[in-house]
Amino acid sequence: MGKKLSMKGWLFISPALILLAVFLVYPIIYSFYLSFTSTKGIISSFVGFKNYIRLTKDPMFLLALKNTGIILVIQVPIMLISALILANILNDRKLAGRGIFRTAIFLPSVTSLIAYTILFKMLFSFDGIINRLLLSTGIVDHPLEWLTTPKLAVFVLILAMLWRWTGYNTVFYLSAMQNISYEIYEAAEIDGASKTQTFLRITLPLLKPMILFTTIMSTIGTLQLFDEPMNLSQGGVTAATMGPGNCFLTLSVYIYNLCFKYVPNFGYAATVSYVIVFIIAALTVLQFWVGQSNEEKDAKKRLEKEGKA
Amino acid sequence: MKRKFRVSRIFLYLFLIIVSFICVFPFYWMIVGSTNTPIQIIAGKMTFGSHFVENFHTLFNNYNMLRILMNSLKISGISVILILLIGGMAGYGFQMYKSNLKEKLYGFFLLTMMVPFATLMIPLFKIVTKLNLLDTHFAVIIVSAVSAFMIFFFRQSFVNYPTEILEAARVDGAGEFRIFFNIFVPSMKSTFAAAAIYSFITSWNSYLWPLIVLQSNDKKTTTLLISMMSSSYTPEYGVIMLAIVVATLPTIIIFFAFQKQFVQGMLGSVKQ
Repeated sequence: MGKKLSMKGWLFISPALILLAVFLVYPIIYSFYLSFTSTKGIISSFVGFKNYIRLTKDPMFLLALKNTGIILVIQVPIMLISALILANILNDRKLAGRGIFRTAIFLPSVTSLIAYTILFKMLFSFDGIINRLLLSTGIVDHPLEWLTTPKLAVFVLILAMLWRWTGYNTVFYLSAMQNISYEIYEAAEIDGASKTQTFLRITLPLLKPMILFTTIMSTIGTLQLFDEPMNLSQGGVTAATMGPGNCFLTLSVYIYNLCFKYVPNFGYAATVSYVIVFIIAALTVLQFWVGQSNEEKDAKKRLEKEGKA
Repeated sequence: MKRKFRVSRIFLYLFLIIVSFICVFPFYWMIVGSTNTPIQIIAGKMTFGSHFVENFHTLFNNYNMLRILMNSLKISGISVILILLIGGMAGYGFQMYKSNLKEKLYGFFLLTMMVPFATLMIPLFKIVTKLNLLDTHFAVIIVSAVSAFMIFFFRQSFVNYPTEILEAARVDGAGEFRIFFNIFVPSMKSTFAAAAIYSFITSWNSYLWPLIVLQSNDKKTTTLLISMMSSSYTPEYGVIMLAIVVATLPTIIIFFAFQKQFVQGMLGSVKQ
């Protein structure tokens, strides 16, 4: 490639470059600087690691960290495993009505986060239809306080997130499964492998890159969780507590509160936001490391060889 | 053997039907709900009612839904155009004019995708305040037009483009921008369509940034309105349901009209 041509390439990139520099790179750096400052109103002072030390003693931050962690650890695995199972079912070419099921399962993904959250809030309200259903079928004898009991509220939040995102991930897995050559499955069938064996030994290893990708994306998404907890709590943005016992206080909600609800402290809020950056970075590295252990790599190679043979 | 197979098959279909029902039910419920009164909705009425006109009236007169809808359309529409133009050009630039420095920059931008919006939020808020752009649609648009992910998406989709075509056009004396706009873009229509769908829906559904930037009621977007309506002390369920229907309609229409591109757009660059 000629030098002149390469120069012309910069012309194509420059509009994006300018925008990214101002609205992405600068904020990232500035936010990092802010995390070492303390701002109260318009007065800002450099405080070194004070904010980071303050984190360890801040009960609200620790609660937000715990809440986010609980949702992450429960919701993401259930969602991804369900998505895998659904994708595996829908990948069956002999399944009648495959397209209809696929469309139905994917449909929740088109709703906005606000819309589905509010629908779930209505469904699970004290006099809502879920309670009516449970009462009329005799499963419970008094209506449950879904959104005012901490544990139940988190349950509803996770349920709602599962509804919204499982189909989304199913589509990812389905597309990856459709890239696996059908001959491998035929060979496995001839060799007398059961459906479970085929799934565990062929589909799963070959899907590893996609599982890794969805795990990382869901982790990043859940660590940024904001729209759902904010709108599921009574009173929404203006509420005094985020859900019963602050059970909806996630890291992003806490950052929002620090900036726009309490006396603004942008410095400390930036510190909390960098905690999310560090957690995402650490978990991404960890997930890559787990996702590419040697044993798995060998198994995959073996399988590919077998598939080709 | 055969019989056992059939029984398990029936359970499989039953399972799929239940899952599909759970997925689709809230849609049915919100459409039905938009025609009912709050009392009927709470009572669990599952059939169409006669309150649609009243709900419609309240939504469009008391809550100024038309204005809000136009705000959302304007923001999403302009964002999409900017993303296609800026992101498409950048993806093309990175892929077709490779150089060491560009690769390094590209790698850096990929890394920034790990940074959560909450981190950018505070500096962005400060920039917007300084530039006197608070409470303007421009502030919402410009931030959603900057997307490292879309550049990544475009570049990945351009990888398999036969560069001989570009070379031939160059030999014929066509300028670089003419090659891009007249030859390259028309032949990559499906990529641009997928990107348009994806970015429209992302922008249409965005919440946190508009929540921070837009303050006056007549500038708000559909997501902000719905959120506001539902957090009032006496939520008007029927009207909220109708608002959700109206706000979800564009994405559902796009989904059914362009299902293939929609899914392709969502899968984006992770196609193996």
